[in-house]
Amino acid sequence: MSEKYNEIPIAGNIIEPGNSEKYKTGGWRAERPILSDEKCLWLKNGTCGRCWIFCPDMAVILTEKDGKHAFAFNYDYCKGCGICANECPTDAIHLEKE
Amino acid sequence: MSNKPAVSIKDMLKQDLILSSGHRMCAGCGAPTVIKLMGMALRGPTIVCNSTGCLEVATTIYPYTAWKIPWIHVAFENSAAVASGALEAINAMREKGHYKHEHVDVIAIGGDGGSFDIGFGAISGALERGHDFVYMCYDNGAYQNTGIQRSGATFTGQETTTSWAGKVIPGKLERKKPLAEIVAAHKIPYVATVEPSNFRDFIMKFRKALDAEGPGFIHAFSPCPRGWRSATEETISISRLAVETGLHPLYEVINGEEWIMSGPSKRVAEAGLKPVEEYFKTQGQFKHLFRPEWEGFRKKIQEQVNHDWEVLKKRCGVE
Repeated sequence: MSEKYNEIPIAGNIIEPGNSEKYKTGGWRAERPILSDEKCLWLKNGTCGRCWIFCPDMAVILTEKDGKHAFAFNYDYCKGCGICANECPTDAIHLEKE
Repeated sequence: MSNKPAVSIKDMLKQDLILSSGHRMCAGCGAPTVIKLMGMALRGPTIVCNSTGCLEVATTIYPYTAWKIPWIHVAFENSAAVASGALEAINAMREKGHYKHEHVDVIAIGGDGGSFDIGFGAISGALERGHDFVYMCYDNGAYQNTGIQRSGATFTGQETTTSWAGKVIPGKLERKKPLAEIVAAHKIPYVATVEPSNFRDFIMKFRKALDAEGPGFIHAFSPCPRGWRSATEETISISRLAVETGLHPLYEVINGEEWIMSGPSKRVAEAGLKPVEEYFKTQGQFKHLFRPEWEGFRKKIQEQVNHDWEVLKKRCGVE
Protein backbone atom coordinates (compact mmCIF):
# COMPACT_ATOMS: atom_id res chain seq x y z
CA MET A 1 0.00 0.00 0.00
CA SER A 2 1.51 3.26 -1.09
CA GLU A 3 -1.50 5.61 -0.95
CA LYS A 4 -1.45 8.62 1.38
CA TYR A 5 -4.04 9.06 4.14
CA ASN A 6 -6.26 11.28 1.96
CA GLU A 7 -6.15 8.92 -1.01
CA ILE A 8 -7.62 5.81 0.62
CA PRO A 9 -11.42 5.29 0.70
CA ILE A 10 -13.22 6.84 3.66
CA ALA A 11 -13.66 4.67 6.79
CA GLY A 12 -11.20 2.09 5.51
CA ASN A 13 -13.74 0.69 3.05
CA ILE A 14 -12.44 -1.82 0.54
CA ILE A 15 -14.18 -0.97 -2.73
CA GLU A 16 -12.73 -3.65 -4.99
CA PRO A 17 -14.17 -7.15 -4.40
CA GLY A 18 -11.68 -10.00 -4.34
CA ASN A 19 -8.62 -7.73 -4.38
CA SER A 20 -6.73 -10.20 -2.19
CA GLU A 21 -5.51 -11.60 -5.50
CA LYS A 22 -2.92 -8.84 -5.37
CA TYR A 23 -1.47 -10.53 -2.30
CA LYS A 24 0.59 -13.51 -3.40
CA THR A 25 0.67 -16.36 -0.89
CA GLY A 26 2.94 -18.63 -2.97
CA GLY A 27 5.92 -17.74 -0.79
CA TRP A 28 4.44 -19.80 2.06
CA ARG A 29 5.08 -22.98 0.10
CA ALA A 30 7.68 -25.53 1.22
CA GLU A 31 6.65 -28.24 -1.24
CA ARG A 32 5.50 -27.77 -4.83
CA PRO A 33 2.77 -29.97 -6.40
CA ILE A 34 3.71 -31.47 -9.76
CA LEU A 35 1.26 -33.15 -12.17
CA SER A 36 2.12 -36.25 -14.21
CA ASP A 37 -0.01 -35.72 -17.33
CA GLU A 38 -0.52 -39.33 -18.36
CA LYS A 39 -2.45 -40.31 -15.19
CA CYS A 40 -4.73 -37.24 -14.85
CA LEU A 41 -8.42 -37.99 -15.44
CA TRP A 42 -9.21 -34.36 -16.23
CA LEU A 43 -6.69 -34.32 -19.08
CA LYS A 44 -7.88 -37.73 -20.27
CA ASN A 45 -11.62 -37.15 -20.43
CA GLY A 46 -12.63 -34.04 -18.45
CA THR A 47 -13.92 -35.84 -15.34
CA CYS A 48 -12.82 -35.98 -11.69
CA GLY A 49 -11.57 -32.46 -10.84
CA ARG A 50 -11.20 -33.33 -7.15
CA CYS A 51 -8.02 -31.25 -6.87
CA TRP A 52 -9.94 -28.18 -8.06
CA ILE A 53 -12.88 -28.87 -5.74
CA PHE A 54 -10.78 -29.32 -2.60
CA CYS A 55 -8.00 -26.75 -3.21
CA PRO A 56 -8.46 -24.19 -0.41
CA ASP A 57 -6.45 -21.56 -2.27
CA MET A 58 -8.18 -21.80 -5.65
CA ALA A 59 -4.71 -22.50 -7.10
CA VAL A 60 -5.74 -25.29 -9.50
CA ILE A 61 -6.73 -24.05 -12.95
CA LEU A 62 -8.84 -26.42 -15.05
CA THR A 63 -9.79 -25.19 -18.52
CA GLU A 64 -11.55 -26.66 -21.51
CA LYS A 65 -11.37 -25.36 -25.06
CA ASP A 66 -12.78 -27.15 -28.12
CA GLY A 67 -12.93 -30.46 -26.28
CA LYS A 68 -9.31 -30.23 -25.15
CA HIS A 69 -8.64 -30.12 -21.44
CA ALA A 70 -5.78 -28.22 -19.86
CA PHE A 71 -4.42 -28.29 -16.33
CA ALA A 72 -2.20 -25.84 -14.47
CA PHE A 73 -1.22 -24.92 -10.92
CA ASN A 74 -1.19 -21.27 -10.00
CA TYR A 75 2.07 -21.14 -8.05
CA ASP A 76 1.45 -17.49 -7.13
CA TYR A 77 -1.13 -18.63 -4.58
CA CYS A 78 -0.47 -22.35 -3.90
CA LYS A 79 0.55 -22.72 -0.23
CA GLY A 80 1.76 -26.28 -0.78
CA CYS A 81 -0.66 -27.97 1.59
CA GLY A 82 -0.75 -31.14 -0.54
CA ILE A 83 -4.52 -31.75 -0.40
CA CYS A 84 -4.57 -32.14 -4.21
CA ALA A 85 -1.92 -34.86 -4.10
CA ASN A 86 -3.67 -36.67 -1.23
CA GLU A 87 -7.13 -36.55 -2.83
CA CYS A 88 -6.05 -37.46 -6.36
CA PRO A 89 -7.65 -40.87 -7.12
CA THR A 90 -4.95 -41.85 -9.63
CA ASP A 91 -1.93 -40.43 -7.75
CA ALA A 92 -1.19 -38.12 -10.67
CA ILE A 93 0.08 -35.34 -8.38
CA HIS A 94 3.20 -35.56 -6.24
CA LEU A 95 5.04 -33.01 -4.12
CA GLU A 96 8.62 -31.88 -4.60
CA LYS A 97 10.74 -29.80 -2.23
CA GLU A 98 11.02 -26.17 -3.34
CA MET B 1 -25.44 -18.14 -11.03
CA SER B 2 -27.87 -20.83 -12.04
CA ASN B 3 -31.26 -22.19 -10.99
CA LYS B 4 -29.84 -25.60 -10.19
CA PRO B 5 -27.00 -26.14 -7.74
CA ALA B 6 -23.72 -27.06 -9.45
CA VAL B 7 -22.76 -30.58 -8.41
CA SER B 8 -20.80 -31.86 -11.41
CA ILE B 9 -17.29 -30.64 -12.09
CA LYS B 10 -18.35 -29.09 -15.43
CA ASP B 11 -21.13 -27.07 -13.78
CA MET B 12 -18.85 -26.10 -10.89
CA LEU B 13 -16.24 -24.70 -13.25
CA LYS B 14 -18.89 -22.46 -14.81
CA GLN B 15 -19.87 -20.96 -11.45
CA ASP B 16 -18.30 -17.74 -10.22
CA LEU B 17 -16.25 -18.42 -7.11
CA ILE B 18 -17.31 -16.32 -4.14
CA LEU B 19 -13.88 -16.42 -2.48
CA SER B 20 -10.74 -15.45 -4.38
CA SER B 21 -7.14 -16.61 -4.02
CA GLY B 22 -4.71 -14.69 -1.86
CA HIS B 23 -6.65 -15.03 1.38
CA ARG B 24 -4.45 -15.77 4.38
CA MET B 25 -6.05 -18.87 5.85
CA CYS B 26 -3.42 -21.43 6.89
CA ALA B 27 -2.19 -23.95 4.32
CA GLY B 28 -4.57 -26.91 4.34
CA CYS B 29 -7.44 -25.13 6.13
CA GLY B 30 -10.86 -26.66 5.53
CA ALA B 31 -12.86 -23.43 5.75
CA PRO B 32 -12.09 -21.96 2.27
CA THR B 33 -13.23 -25.27 0.73
CA VAL B 34 -16.42 -25.06 2.80
CA ILE B 35 -17.03 -21.53 1.46
CA LYS B 36 -16.23 -22.60 -2.10
CA LEU B 37 -18.79 -25.42 -1.88
CA MET B 38 -21.32 -23.04 -0.33
CA GLY B 39 -20.84 -20.80 -3.40
CA MET B 40 -21.82 -23.70 -5.66
CA ALA B 41 -25.25 -23.86 -3.99
CA LEU B 42 -26.16 -20.16 -4.24
CA ARG B 43 -29.16 -19.26 -6.36
CA GLY B 44 -28.68 -15.54 -6.99
CA PRO B 45 -27.70 -12.30 -5.22
CA THR B 46 -26.50 -13.12 -1.72
CA ILE B 47 -25.38 -11.19 1.35
CA VAL B 48 -23.02 -12.83 3.83
CA CYS B 49 -22.86 -11.76 7.49
CA ASN B 50 -19.69 -13.18 9.00
CA SER B 51 -19.02 -13.13 12.71
CA THR B 52 -15.49 -12.87 14.06
CA GLY B 53 -13.40 -15.98 13.64
CA CYS B 54 -10.57 -17.41 11.56
CA LEU B 55 -12.53 -17.03 8.34
CA GLU B 56 -13.40 -13.38 8.94
CA VAL B 57 -9.93 -12.38 10.11
CA ALA B 58 -7.88 -14.19 7.49
CA THR B 59 -10.00 -13.40 4.43
CA THR B 60 -10.23 -9.67 5.01
CA ILE B 61 -6.88 -8.35 6.18
CA TYR B 62 -6.84 -4.64 5.33
CA PRO B 63 -6.49 -3.39 2.58
CA TYR B 64 -7.51 -6.67 0.94
CA THR B 65 -10.67 -8.74 0.83
CA ALA B 66 -11.02 -12.20 -0.64
CA TRP B 67 -14.83 -11.97 -0.89
CA LYS B 68 -16.49 -11.32 -4.22
CA ILE B 69 -20.04 -10.99 -2.87
CA PRO B 70 -21.53 -8.44 -0.41
CA TRP B 71 -20.11 -9.23 3.00
CA ILE B 72 -20.50 -7.71 6.47
CA HIS B 73 -18.18 -8.32 9.38
CA VAL B 74 -20.01 -8.33 12.67
CA ALA B 75 -19.03 -8.98 16.27
CA PHE B 76 -18.46 -12.45 17.68
CA GLU B 77 -21.96 -12.91 19.02
CA ASN B 78 -24.41 -11.35 16.61
CA SER B 79 -24.12 -12.63 13.05
CA ALA B 80 -27.59 -14.18 13.29
CA ALA B 81 -29.02 -10.92 14.63
CA VAL B 82 -27.35 -8.88 11.87
CA ALA B 83 -28.57 -11.31 9.21
CA SER B 84 -32.14 -10.96 10.43
CA GLY B 85 -31.71 -7.16 10.47
CA ALA B 86 -30.36 -7.14 6.91
CA LEU B 87 -33.25 -9.28 5.76
CA GLU B 88 -35.91 -7.10 7.37
CA ALA B 89 -34.22 -3.92 6.10
CA ILE B 90 -34.44 -5.29 2.56
CA ASN B 91 -38.12 -6.13 3.07
CA ALA B 92 -38.82 -2.61 4.39
CA MET B 93 -36.90 -0.96 1.53
CA ARG B 94 -38.70 -3.10 -1.02
CA GLU B 95 -42.07 -2.01 0.33
CA LYS B 96 -41.03 1.62 -0.15
CA GLY B 97 -39.72 0.89 -3.64
CA HIS B 98 -36.06 1.55 -2.82
CA TYR B 99 -34.83 -1.95 -3.59
CA LYS B 100 -34.53 -3.36 -7.10
CA HIS B 101 -33.49 -7.01 -6.72
CA GLU B 102 -36.43 -9.37 -6.80
CA HIS B 103 -34.89 -11.77 -4.35
CA VAL B 104 -31.85 -11.77 -2.13
CA ASP B 105 -30.54 -14.56 0.07
CA VAL B 106 -28.97 -13.75 3.41
CA ILE B 107 -26.44 -16.14 4.92
CA ALA B 108 -24.91 -15.82 8.37
CA ILE B 109 -21.61 -17.59 8.96
CA GLY B 110 -19.99 -18.20 12.31
CA GLY B 111 -17.21 -20.39 13.61
CA ASP B 112 -17.86 -22.91 16.33
CA GLY B 113 -17.01 -20.41 19.07
CA GLY B 114 -19.38 -17.84 17.57
CA SER B 115 -22.14 -20.42 17.14
CA PHE B 116 -21.85 -22.97 19.95
CA ASP B 117 -20.95 -20.53 22.72
CA ILE B 118 -20.92 -16.80 22.21
CA GLY B 119 -23.55 -16.28 19.53
CA PHE B 120 -25.90 -18.99 20.66
CA GLY B 121 -28.51 -16.60 22.09
CA ALA B 122 -28.65 -14.56 18.89
CA ILE B 123 -29.05 -17.72 16.78
CA SER B 124 -31.82 -19.03 18.99
CA GLY B 125 -33.61 -15.67 18.81
CA ALA B 126 -33.33 -15.41 15.03
CA LEU B 127 -34.61 -18.97 14.58
CA GLU B 128 -37.54 -18.31 16.86
CA ARG B 129 -38.49 -15.15 14.93
CA GLY B 130 -38.49 -17.26 11.79
CA HIS B 131 -36.49 -15.03 9.39
CA ASP B 132 -35.91 -16.63 6.00
CA PHE B 133 -32.11 -16.91 6.20
CA VAL B 134 -29.48 -19.63 6.43
CA TYR B 135 -27.04 -19.90 9.31
CA MET B 136 -23.89 -21.88 8.62
CA CYS B 137 -21.54 -22.87 11.41
CA TYR B 138 -18.12 -24.05 10.27
CA ASP B 139 -16.91 -26.15 13.12
CA ASN B 140 -13.16 -26.56 13.64
CA GLY B 141 -13.48 -27.71 17.20
CA ALA B 142 -11.93 -24.86 19.23
CA TYR B 143 -11.17 -21.14 19.21
CA GLN B 144 -8.37 -21.74 16.70
CA ASN B 145 -8.00 -18.08 15.75
CA THR B 146 -7.18 -16.82 19.24
CA GLY B 147 -4.86 -19.71 20.15
CA ILE B 148 -6.73 -23.03 20.30
CA GLN B 149 -8.88 -22.57 23.41
CA ARG B 150 -11.59 -25.12 24.12
CA SER B 151 -15.13 -24.37 22.96
CA GLY B 152 -18.50 -26.10 23.16
CA ALA B 153 -17.58 -27.90 19.94
CA THR B 154 -14.39 -29.46 21.26
CA PHE B 155 -14.52 -33.27 21.35
CA THR B 156 -14.09 -35.22 24.57
CA GLY B 157 -10.40 -35.98 25.04
CA GLN B 158 -9.24 -33.20 22.72
CA GLU B 159 -6.22 -31.28 23.95
CA THR B 160 -6.42 -27.49 23.72
CA THR B 161 -4.52 -24.69 25.44
CA THR B 162 -7.28 -24.43 28.05
CA SER B 163 -7.72 -28.19 28.45
CA TRP B 164 -4.15 -29.45 28.53
CA ALA B 165 -3.61 -33.17 28.70
CA GLY B 166 -1.23 -34.12 31.48
CA LYS B 167 -1.03 -36.27 34.58
CA VAL B 168 -4.38 -35.12 35.96
CA ILE B 169 -6.78 -34.90 33.00
CA PRO B 170 -6.76 -36.34 29.46
CA GLY B 171 -7.79 -33.16 27.62
CA LYS B 172 -11.39 -31.96 27.64
CA LEU B 173 -13.57 -34.06 29.93
CA GLU B 174 -16.99 -32.77 28.87
CA ARG B 175 -19.08 -33.79 25.90
CA LYS B 176 -19.45 -31.90 22.63
CA LYS B 177 -22.59 -29.79 22.54
CA PRO B 178 -25.07 -31.38 20.10
CA LEU B 179 -25.76 -28.08 18.33
CA ALA B 180 -27.62 -29.46 15.30
CA GLU B 181 -29.99 -31.33 17.62
CA ILE B 182 -30.54 -28.24 19.76
CA VAL B 183 -31.28 -26.16 16.65
CA ALA B 184 -33.62 -28.88 15.36
CA ALA B 185 -35.52 -28.60 18.64
CA HIS B 186 -36.49 -25.04 17.54
CA LYS B 187 -38.74 -26.81 14.97
CA ILE B 188 -37.29 -24.80 12.10
CA PRO B 189 -37.87 -26.01 8.52
CA TYR B 190 -34.38 -27.33 7.77
CA VAL B 191 -31.31 -28.45 9.72
CA ALA B 192 -28.44 -30.44 8.23
CA THR B 193 -24.92 -31.53 9.10
CA VAL B 194 -22.36 -31.52 6.29
CA GLU B 195 -18.65 -31.87 5.69
CA PRO B 196 -16.51 -30.98 2.68
CA SER B 197 -15.30 -34.42 1.50
CA ASN B 198 -18.85 -35.44 0.52
CA PHE B 199 -19.18 -32.33 -1.61
CA ARG B 200 -22.34 -33.28 -3.55
CA ASP B 201 -24.15 -33.97 -0.31
CA PHE B 202 -22.88 -30.59 1.00
CA ILE B 203 -24.09 -28.60 -2.01
CA MET B 204 -27.49 -30.28 -2.24
CA LYS B 205 -28.13 -29.73 1.46
CA PHE B 206 -27.08 -26.09 1.32
CA ARG B 207 -29.48 -25.48 -1.57
CA LYS B 208 -32.27 -27.17 0.40
CA ALA B 209 -31.54 -24.83 3.31
CA LEU B 210 -31.79 -21.81 0.98
CA ASP B 211 -35.00 -23.12 -0.59
CA ALA B 212 -36.69 -23.76 2.77
CA GLU B 213 -39.38 -21.23 3.71
CA GLY B 214 -37.97 -19.93 6.97
CA PRO B 215 -34.65 -20.35 8.70
CA GLY B 216 -32.20 -23.06 7.69
CA PHE B 217 -29.19 -24.25 9.67
CA ILE B 218 -26.06 -25.96 8.35
CA HIS B 219 -23.45 -27.48 10.63
CA ALA B 220 -20.28 -27.86 8.54
CA PHE B 221 -17.27 -29.79 9.77
CA SER B 222 -14.01 -28.04 8.92
CA PRO B 223 -10.65 -29.56 9.92
CA CYS B 224 -7.89 -27.26 11.19
CA PRO B 225 -4.34 -28.63 10.62
CA ARG B 226 -2.76 -25.95 12.80
CA GLY B 227 -4.88 -26.49 15.89
CA TRP B 228 -5.40 -30.21 15.46
CA ARG B 229 -1.70 -30.89 14.89
CA SER B 230 -2.54 -32.86 11.76
CA ALA B 231 -0.81 -33.03 8.39
CA THR B 232 -1.99 -30.29 6.01
CA GLU B 233 -2.66 -32.73 3.17
CA GLU B 234 -4.98 -34.88 5.32
CA THR B 235 -7.63 -32.18 5.87
CA ILE B 236 -10.21 -33.74 3.55
CA SER B 237 -9.44 -37.34 4.52
CA ILE B 238 -9.78 -36.47 8.23
CA SER B 239 -13.13 -34.92 7.46
CA ARG B 240 -14.20 -38.15 5.73
CA LEU B 241 -12.91 -40.17 8.67
CA ALA B 242 -15.05 -38.11 11.08
CA VAL B 243 -18.12 -39.38 9.23
CA GLU B 244 -16.86 -42.96 9.07
CA THR B 245 -16.12 -43.08 12.80
CA GLY B 246 -19.49 -41.53 13.71
CA LEU B 247 -17.99 -38.42 15.31
CA HIS B 248 -19.72 -36.17 12.78
CA PRO B 249 -22.68 -38.12 11.35
CA LEU B 250 -24.47 -36.63 8.35
CA TYR B 251 -28.23 -36.14 8.63
CA GLU B 252 -31.08 -33.76 7.90
CA VAL B 253 -33.95 -32.74 10.15
CA ILE B 254 -37.11 -31.38 8.53
CA ASN B 255 -39.38 -29.24 10.72
CA GLY B 256 -37.65 -30.58 13.80
CA GLU B 257 -39.48 -33.90 13.45
CA GLU B 258 -38.51 -35.85 10.37
CA TRP B 259 -34.96 -37.19 10.77
CA ILE B 260 -33.26 -38.40 7.59
CA MET B 261 -29.84 -40.02 7.53
CA SER B 262 -27.82 -38.93 4.49
CA GLY B 263 -26.25 -41.30 1.96
CA PRO B 264 -22.64 -41.25 3.22
CA SER B 265 -23.74 -42.00 6.80
CA LYS B 266 -26.17 -44.68 5.59
CA ARG B 267 -23.27 -46.44 3.91
CA VAL B 268 -21.38 -46.21 7.21
CA ALA B 269 -24.39 -47.75 8.97
CA GLU B 270 -24.27 -50.69 6.55
CA ALA B 271 -20.52 -51.21 6.87
CA GLY B 272 -20.32 -50.50 10.60
CA LEU B 273 -18.49 -47.69 12.40
CA LYS B 274 -14.72 -47.50 12.25
CA PRO B 275 -13.10 -47.32 15.70
CA VAL B 276 -12.49 -43.74 16.88
CA GLU B 277 -8.80 -44.61 17.33
CA GLU B 278 -8.40 -44.35 13.56
CA TYR B 279 -9.56 -40.74 13.75
CA PHE B 280 -7.49 -39.96 16.85
CA LYS B 281 -4.32 -41.36 15.26
CA THR B 282 -4.36 -38.74 12.51
CA GLN B 283 -4.03 -35.84 14.94
CA GLY B 284 -1.46 -34.72 17.50
CA GLN B 285 -4.13 -33.27 19.76
CA PHE B 286 -5.29 -36.80 20.66
CA LYS B 287 -1.87 -38.45 21.02
CA HIS B 288 -2.02 -38.49 24.84
CA LEU B 289 -5.04 -40.85 24.63
CA PHE B 290 -2.70 -43.62 23.46
CA ARG B 291 -0.76 -43.52 26.74
CA PRO B 292 -1.53 -46.58 28.90
CA GLU B 293 -3.07 -44.53 31.75
CA TRP B 294 -5.82 -43.13 29.47
CA GLU B 295 -6.82 -46.35 27.77
CA GLY B 296 -9.95 -46.61 29.90
CA PHE B 297 -10.88 -43.04 29.00
CA ARG B 298 -10.47 -43.83 25.32
CA LYS B 299 -12.79 -46.81 25.68
CA LYS B 300 -15.37 -44.58 27.39
CA ILE B 301 -15.26 -42.17 24.43
CA GLN B 302 -15.87 -45.10 22.06
CA GLU B 303 -18.84 -46.24 24.15
CA GLN B 304 -20.29 -42.73 24.10
CA VAL B 305 -19.89 -42.47 20.31
CA ASN B 306 -21.50 -45.88 19.82
CA HIS B 307 -24.40 -44.90 22.06
CA ASP B 308 -24.99 -41.59 20.22
CA TRP B 309 -24.79 -43.41 16.89
CA GLU B 310 -27.45 -45.95 17.96
CA VAL B 311 -29.73 -43.14 19.15
CA LEU B 312 -29.31 -41.34 15.83
CA LYS B 313 -29.97 -44.52 13.83
CA LYS B 314 -33.19 -45.10 15.77
CA ARG B 315 -34.29 -41.50 15.18
CA CYS B 316 -33.65 -41.82 11.45
CA GLY B 317 -35.24 -45.25 11.27
CA VAL B 318 -32.06 -46.89 9.97
CA GLU B 319 -31.28 -50.44 10.98
